[in-house]
Formats: sequence, C-alpha cells, structure tokens
Amino acid sequence: MNLTREFNKGLWRENAVFRLLLGLCPALAVTTSAINGLGMGLATSFVLICSNTVVTLLRKVIPAKVRIPAYIVIIASFVTVVQLGMEAYVYDLYRALGIFIPLIVVNCLILGRAEAFASRNPLVPSVVDGAGMGLGFTLALFLLGAVREILGAGSLFGISLFGASYNPFLLMILPPGAFIALGLLLAGMNRLEKGRR
Amino acid sequence: MTAQPYLSSSPHIRTPETTDRIMRVVIYSLLPACAVSVYFFGVAALVLLLITTLGCLATEALCQRLMGRTPTLGDGSAALTGILLALNLPPYSPWWLALLGAVIAVGIGKQAYGGLGCNPFNPALVARVVLLISFPVQMTTWYAPTPLGSGLDAVTTATPLGEMKTAVMLTGQLPAGLQSPVADYLIGNMAGSLGEISALALLLGGGWLLWKRIITWHIPVAYLGSVVLLGGAFWLVDPSRYPNPLFHLLTGGLMLGALYMATDLVTSPITGRGMLIFGFGCGLLTVIIRLFGGYPEGVSFAILLMNAATPLIDRFTKPRRFGYVRAGEGGRA
Repeated sequence: MNLTREFNKGLWRENAVFRLLLGLCPALAVTTSAINGLGMGLATSFVLICSNTVVTLLRKVIPAKVRIPAYIVIIASFVTVVQLGMEAYVYDLYRALGIFIPLIVVNCLILGRAEAFASRNPLVPSVVDGAGMGLGFTLALFLLGAVREILGAGSLFGISLFGASYNPFLLMILPPGAFIALGLLLAGMNRLEKGRR
Repeated sequence: MTAQPYLSSSPHIRTPETTDRIMRVVIYSLLPACAVSVYFFGVAALVLLLITTLGCLATEALCQRLMGRTPTLGDGSAALTGILLALNLPPYSPWWLALLGAVIAVGIGKQAYGGLGCNPFNPALVARVVLLISFPVQMTTWYAPTPLGSGLDAVTTATPLGEMKTAVMLTGQLPAGLQSPVADYLIGNMAGSLGEISALALLLGGGWLLWKRIITWHIPVAYLGSVVLLGGAFWLVDPSRYPNPLFHLLTGGLMLGALYMATDLVTSPITGRGMLIFGFGCGLLTVIIRLFGGYPEGVSFAILLMNAATPLIDRFTKPRRFGYVRAGEGGRA
C-alpha cells in the first residue's frame, strides 16, 4: 500500500467536496467567509483523523451488525471534544459555525471514511487517509469561503481588499451564492482536469 | 462539433417560423418601449441598452466557446435578453451593474443550463433579481423622468409602488395624492425601470406580438386579469389601505412582465390551460407581494416562482393523446 497515494487522493482525485460531493451541507452553509470555511474544515479534519484511528483499532471488536451505531458513537465523542474545545478557545468561530459543529456527527464524509476505509485497513493507512481527506475537505471549504468572501464582502479574513468604493456582490454570501460558487468551481476544476489529460 | 440529429414530428411540413425570426420580431416590438426610455432618460438609457446587449452577446459567445459548441449569436436570443435586461434596470444604473447583469443573465441564467431552450428561468429576470438582492441601493435608486429637451436635471424620487409601500408601512394608509393622471402612467411619465414606465408603448409592442402570433392571449390576459380582480377585491374592502386596480395595472413592471417576461416561450407552459394557470399564479403572487410583502414590487419574483412551477403545470395539463382514452380519476393522464 502506497501511503503517499492514500494521502494525495483526498486532495484532488477523490476530493470530498469537489469530486465526491460529500459533506455538502457544511460546505454550502458555513462557507460565508474564509475563516469560517477554514475553521469548519479543521474541526472536521480533527474528528475525521481521530474517528478513523479509533475505528481502525476497534475494527475487529465491533460486530458487523451494529457497526454504524458504534461509528456514530465514536464520531459523536470526538465532535463533543471539538465543540467544547472551540467554545473554550475560539468562541467567535464557535458562535459563527453554530449548529454546524454538532452536525459534524452526521457528516457523510466522516461516516463514509469509517465505513469504506478505516474499518478494513490497518492503523497507519487509516490515519493517513483521514489526514488526506480532511486536508482536502479543509482546502475545498477554504477555497469556497475565500471566493465567497472576496466577492460577497470584498475582504479576505476580514481584511478589506478593494477599499470603500467596492460594492460587495451580496448574493455570494447568501445561500444561493454558495450553490453558484460551488457550481462554477466544479466547472473550473472539470475544465482543468480535462486539460491535464 | 458533430451535427446533432434533427428530429421533428412531420418533416414534410415547412414553416417560415424560425428561432431567429421570432427573436427579431420580439426585438422590433420592444422598440417603442426603448424609444420611450431614451426620450425620458436620455443618452444614458441608450448606453445601458448597448452595454447589456453587447455584454449578453459576448457572454454567449464566450460560454459557447468554452463548452466547445457552435456559437449561435445569430439567433438573436442573447441580444433579446440584453434588451429585456436593460429595460428592467433603473435609469442611470452604473455600467458595471449592467455588465454584471448581462454576464449573470446569459452565463448563469441560460448557458449554465445548456443554452436556449434548456433554461428553466427567464434569464433577464434571473439577472434582475440577483442584482436586486446583491445591490439593493443601486437597484432601488429611481429618478424622475426628464423628457428630452426639457433641460431638467435628474432628481431621485420614489416609484409609485415604492411610495405606496413606504406610506402603508408607516401609517397603514395610502398616501394622499398617490394617483397621478392616468395619461402620465400610459405614456410613462413616472419613476421606474427603463422599460416598464410606458404602458402604452408596451401594449403597442405586445399587441403586435399577439397579431404576429408570437405570443398567445392566455398569459397576459390571465396575469393582468387576476391582478385586476384580486387587487380590485382588496380595494373594495378598504380603499384607504389598498390602491385601486387601475393603479396596480399601470404602475411597476406589470405590463412589461405580463407581456414580455411571463410569455417567454422557453419558461412558460405549453398548453392554453397551463398558460392560464401560469398567468393566474403570477397575478396572485404579484398582488400578495405588492400588498403584503417586503418589496414594493413583486412582478419579477412572481414570474420566477411560476417559472419554477412550469414543468409541474405542463405535467398536469398534458392534452389527451389522439386515440387514447384518459385514464380514470387518479390514473395517469
């Protein structure tokens, strides 16, 4: 098994958001700014790596029939850790992400990796898989958040880019803007992919 | 690009009706409304018309190039979208607003869905609503009309509908002296989007479209009729709170919407019955938004919402196929 390959696949070839279209709910809902996208991506990555680790360690102990509830319990534990940690240390981000932090529990990317990868592979590849997928997810959310923040608010990480005369394209930070931005990014990536072949 | 197989039901029956002919006729029918807008808002109106039309054509060419398709600029549909978009913008809109609108109309409203005939929503209205939501200040800064040669400076003012909404929200009553002489509304001597001000110019163009059989009577009649009936019902209940039906009919974007936007061949139902339902839905939503919504005008929202309902309406108004007996109640029609 090639570890580099397992890591890289999450970045582009099997990127959760841009290729598999997994975890779209947080990807569309919280990416109103670059920092929100980055925060959500990192929180999800943490949960993903930890849950992959525990699931792979327990893969021979968990009976097949109750594996999904078992995965959910494991994931929920780490989400609780993230939620309490964010509430304590990055309160503003915690407020901004709101309900979408507890909802990481049902992010289909995390459950999908537990089911499809961690439950059938040994420890090291599972951790690497979680890290790659998490990083890919983080990059996608950051990209989406950055595009929407630049167009919709004229700033990046809250720093104004174009000065006061810029009229922000408000739609981009509203819900329809998420779909439009994701669609255009997907089209762009497909075009790049086509060019590479 | 390889030639698409061309399928038609009766290849021996020929018609001179082609897409580019239809689009050309619609564009000509808009000339009176364009002329009125230039008369009242001067060269600025002409510049806006040029920006949106060229913007739409350029976006269409770019998108089709990117998708590796044969450019179809000649069919006139992009130019028509551009003209309709300009007519939906406030006078003296900044150039970037018009250009962005053109890119959105054709890029996202039309080509993203696959081009002419595939778009579920009217492209010009998509752009208008996107701009209205994104740039509320620019999109609701209205100017009183200044006829050519009058030497007046442009002054900002409220549209009749805007004036009504503000007064009703503040006092619960219609403002005094709301109604201008009907003649002003007919020729377009009021604040509003470039193309919506003159009911007369729009009726002239719309009438010509009806005569040329580009559009049928169903949608305009159902739309305008339901606005008059519903608006009239509210007016009869409380004339101090609700405006009379004539005011509904002649202000705002209703004429432009009912004659040109709602009758868009691509995004409206196919059957006559379906069109009547469609028109009634537009009228109902327009009156509700005008009288009870947050925005003063609801024509564009109403038409877009009914555009979304069009496939459903088509499904339920499918005519009986020749030789088939319609299945019983609850069966598939």
